[in-house]
Amino acid sequence: MPDFIVNWLNTNDIFTATTMLHYWDGMVTTVQLVFLSLLIGLVVAVPLAILRTVRNPFISGPIWLYTYLFRGTPLLIQLYIIYYGIAQIDGIQDTFWWTIFREPFYPALLAFVLNTAAYTTEILRGAIEATPHGEIEAAKAYGMSWARRVRRIVMPSAARRALQAYSNEVIFMVHASAIASVVTIVDLTGAARDIYSRFYAPFDAFIAVALMYMALTFTIVFCFRLLEKRMLRHLKPANG
Amino acid sequence: MLDLHGYGPSLMKGALVTVELALLSLLLAVVLGLLGASSKLSGNRLLVGGATIYTTLIRGVPDLVMMLLFYYGGQVVVNMLSDYIYYEYDIDFFFQFDPFIAGVLTIGLIFGAYMSETFRGAFMAVDSGQIEAGKAYGFSRWHTFRRIMLPQMLRHALPGIGNNWQVLLKTTALVSIIGLTDMVRVAEQASKAEHAPFKFFIPVALVYLALTAISELFIKWLNARVSVGVAKGD
Repeated sequence: MPDFIVNWLNTNDIFTATTMLHYWDGMVTTVQLVFLSLLIGLVVAVPLAILRTVRNPFISGPIWLYTYLFRGTPLLIQLYIIYYGIAQIDGIQDTFWWTIFREPFYPALLAFVLNTAAYTTEILRGAIEATPHGEIEAAKAYGMSWARRVRRIVMPSAARRALQAYSNEVIFMVHASAIASVVTIVDLTGAARDIYSRFYAPFDAFIAVALMYMALTFTIVFCFRLLEKRMLRHLKPANG
Repeated sequence: MLDLHGYGPSLMKGALVTVELALLSLLLAVVLGLLGASSKLSGNRLLVGGATIYTTLIRGVPDLVMMLLFYYGGQVVVNMLSDYIYYEYDIDFFFQFDPFIAGVLTIGLIFGAYMSETFRGAFMAVDSGQIEAGKAYGFSRWHTFRRIMLPQMLRHALPGIGNNWQVLLKTTALVSIIGLTDMVRVAEQASKAEHAPFKFFIPVALVYLALTAISELFIKWLNARVSVGVAKGD
């Protein structure tokens, strides 16, 4: 940090350079956690959503069950089950998995990925099922195979239809990531809790972090609005 | 049979706390939602601005952060208030700001903002001719609201209320973090003591699933009731 900022910060009681750096580290952890869970979650959700719309109940059934279970229970419980549960698996402490899952970051990431993938699957499924029937008929008339139809016709338009709901899911994930602080991860909320307990200043610590989350949220909202403008350009009113 | 190592009764008690918390928060959320929606539709610049700030702020802040702020901050405010009352009026007044109050306040406030949006849409879906008819009959504003708007908007609001309720129910799990002994906290303590996380968390998860399933049925029934006067199908 430049000296004048450090000097200015050091005139404060609570928001000194040390605490600001602590917040910054928390911000980095939060963004990493959310970005990775969303990315992996999306990669998992796309094939699941496609398979969820397949007529065979032996394929769509298990996926339905998965989304039902993960959408019907609180994320906190999923996090607890994974965080506390992994250590209980027999023999895991002798395998290389233990070096990964010993850190609280990875159980939390796993819980978040499973949760967001379930929600994203349902969002995408809704968008896929809303594909106008005529488009599929046209694709069939052109002799496209199922795979090509999904890739060329269904998914591009489903992605557009899903965009708005997905942006809500992203915001939800940013907010939900705050519970990572419960399993000793120092994310933004974790940093705020540290700073609260060091200074016993609930308003300063938590209002500051609320503002940071707000900045993060509204940046994301802004980005999605740009993306919507681009991807839904064909739906814009003529003189709008 | 499921062996809960004697934690069964306290888990049951915790489940009741969860339900109580959820219902009280819902009540607060509906009240705030109606207030928010009516302010947004009032046309009064101050009210519209206030309600817009309220819903925007809530959407930007995670529920857990707000809960921590209310819980830890609430105690500070209560302490200051009780000091003030003691010095000014010489009345010894103090109460512990417990996690339950903080939980109801936070969840109610958060979902009040979401409910405002739901109710706003529902109010706007009521045909304006209906309101005019009310005016023509000489109904007062309150009368129009109570007799014409409310019953008709309910049909449009119910799916939104149902969705919000399902999310609200799951949000109550967070209150265990600030120390409320709901079923999540009991399960957490039990699983730490017994080193058996699956044994305690999976039943709790099933209780949540059961609660959502029951509310889904109830909302369906309610929906059928409020839509009684509407033709089904095409």
